[in-house]
Amino acid sequence: MNLLVCISKTPETTAKISFTDGDTKFNSEGVQYIMNPYDEWYALVRAIELKEQHGGKVVAINVGGSDNDIIIRKALAIGADEAVRVNGEESSSLFVATQIANYAKDKGFDIVFCGKETINYNGSEVGPMIAELLDQPFVSFASKLDHDGSAATIERDIEGGVEVVKVNGPFVLSAAKGLAEQRIPNMRGIMMAKRKPLEVAEASAVDEKVIVKSYSLPAGKSAVKMLDPENMDELVRLLHEEAKVI
Amino acid sequence: MSVLIFAEATKGQYKKNAFEAVYYGSQLAKQLGTEAVVFTIGNGSNAAVLGQYGANKIWNQDSSKATDSQVASALIAQAAEKAEANYVILSNSALGKSLTGRLGVKLNAGVVSGVTSLPDTSGTPCVNKQVFSGKGIACYELKSGKNILSVMGNSLKPEVVGSDVAPENTSFTEPSTGLEIIETKTVDGTVPLPEAELVVSAGRGMKAPENWGIIEELADVLGATTACSRPVADTGWRPHHEHVGQTGVAIRPNLYIAIGISGAIQHLAGVNNSKTIVVINKDPEAPFFKAADYGIVADLFDVVPKLTESLKKFKQ
Ligand SMILES: Cc1cc2nc3c(=O)[nH]c(=O)nc-3n(C[C@H](O)[C@H](O)[C@H](O)COP(=O)(O)OP(=O)(O)OC[C@H]3O[C@@H](n4cnc5c(N)ncnc54)[C@H](O)[C@@H]3O)c2cc1C
Ligand SMILES: Nc1ncnc2c1ncn2[C@@H]1O[C@H](COP(=O)(O)O)[C@@H](O)[C@H]1O
Repeated sequence: MNLLVCISKTPETTAKISFTDGDTKFNSEGVQYIMNPYDEWYALVRAIELKEQHGGKVVAINVGGSDNDIIIRKALAIGADEAVRVNGEESSSLFVATQIANYAKDKGFDIVFCGKETINYNGSEVGPMIAELLDQPFVSFASKLDHDGSAATIERDIEGGVEVVKVNGPFVLSAAKGLAEQRIPNMRGIMMAKRKPLEVAEASAVDEKVIVKSYSLPAGKSAVKMLDPENMDELVRLLHEEAKVI
Repeated sequence: MSVLIFAEATKGQYKKNAFEAVYYGSQLAKQLGTEAVVFTIGNGSNAAVLGQYGANKIWNQDSSKATDSQVASALIAQAAEKAEANYVILSNSALGKSLTGRLGVKLNAGVVSGVTSLPDTSGTPCVNKQVFSGKGIACYELKSGKNILSVMGNSLKPEVVGSDVAPENTSFTEPSTGLEIIETKTVDGTVPLPEAELVVSAGRGMKAPENWGIIEELADVLGATTACSRPVADTGWRPHHEHVGQTGVAIRPNLYIAIGISGAIQHLAGVNNSKTIVVINKDPEAPFFKAADYGIVADLFDVVPKLTESLKKFKQ
């Protein structure tokens, strides 16, 4: 099978969030970056497992600058066969999706894997955009995927349960928890990654339709009220009268 | 010009997320001095109620493939064109998330998913959404004349502003796709987490899965949905769909009671938008207290049954 995995870079999950340049830019000073967990733990690993089962290859793709090469190498160390970075600033979901669709369009991938969402912009936008640009089905939040070589049976998370779907032909999928088990790259993988091809392609221009004008931090919580554990009636009263939630 | 709203039905019923989208769209239509047109797929019969949340017109298209993003986005796009919509509003639900990006490409429109308030349309329009898993807010400028917005759950309270509107049937063209919907398996009885107003959640402080009885009893008395921290789901103490946080379900209930959960930043990322947070933890230094409205330092095995008793008294 010919599989493409979209990998993105996000601030490490405990990173402190702040903004610079008059609150128009994310302050990346001192921030550690990681591969987006949904891309790394679920999408990439399930793609590698399918390749191990059916043969073929796994290509990892990222849209971004050269400082992303470190996460791309990690994807190769985990087991992707080759990688491509589309060089450009990831200014919007549409920009990213356009680059990936342009790359994928004439290469006959059976499945394009994305993560459920990036943990910085939480958009869940890139996957469906790629699907629309390629005019293919999109299966969101896949938590189980079996492929018999010609058709895929997938369970996808919906509110309060799962929907089971079957897809014939190529499609785009977003990976949710459960799709695979995280793999830690081993020494051999890390050594091999150095010799695997990392192609750099140039980005094409996109007519941006939305841009971030400014950022702000959410309003802080007022101080916590500590209550006497022996008096739960008081908590119930406060929830009813003060917070008005019960 | 108009605002087109896609109202999503779950098992034939319109629920909170549909009311929120319709109310948001109708408020936006009012702000723009235009009409709110609601579009639904495969379920016209119950749709009249959406008029109460501000729909001026309701269109319904019969189809059994409402959850296939290729079919639904094609139908919604045709409705948007018919309505000459310059805004398309959806819920930021599982289905909504698979449609927003598609529609943006199809209609050549701007996309902002998970908006938390109405756009400011006084100048060049802009709208807020949460980023960095709730740790920041971004204000997006809408540069295109056409925009697709999906509304974050629980970010506004739908109000009754009108009365029932009779749905009209449409006959847009349905594309054929390679996707076949086999079945839907849902857990019956409880309110799914993303829709729950009241949530009781527990973590590793519970020590073992057989201790969950006190959590279920508390949730029962409250009429709440149960949730858990990630390690609890990872070790199989609780089902995966209960896992909340950055890599689990993100929720915004009115009340979140966190029991024996330390309050790691990745956990908070999925729950810190709850209106009121109660934290029960035996460690006064637990980071969760910083994000709480009400805190109780105590052994959960003592205090949870007491809280359940107090609630029982209150409910009588
Ligand atoms: C990339 C990444 C993503 C993650 N995503 C998530 C996520 O989505 N959701 C999530 O929850 N976690 C997530 N985590 C894990 C997170 O960092 C924490 O490890 C996890 O939330 C801790 O779970 P916990 O609070 O149940 O357990 P612990 O941290 O072990 O806390 C247990 C708490 O129970 C208290 N306690 C113990 N006994 C009692 C008692 N008898 N009475 C009262 N209190 C008691 C303790 O004082 C302690 O505070 C993620 C981690 C990473 C690295
Ligand atoms: N810059 C990028 N390069 C490659 N893939 C990306 C990029 N940004 C996002 N993606 C993919 O799209 C998914 C959803 O991203 P988002 O729409 O931002 O939530 C991610 O999990 C990735 O798989």
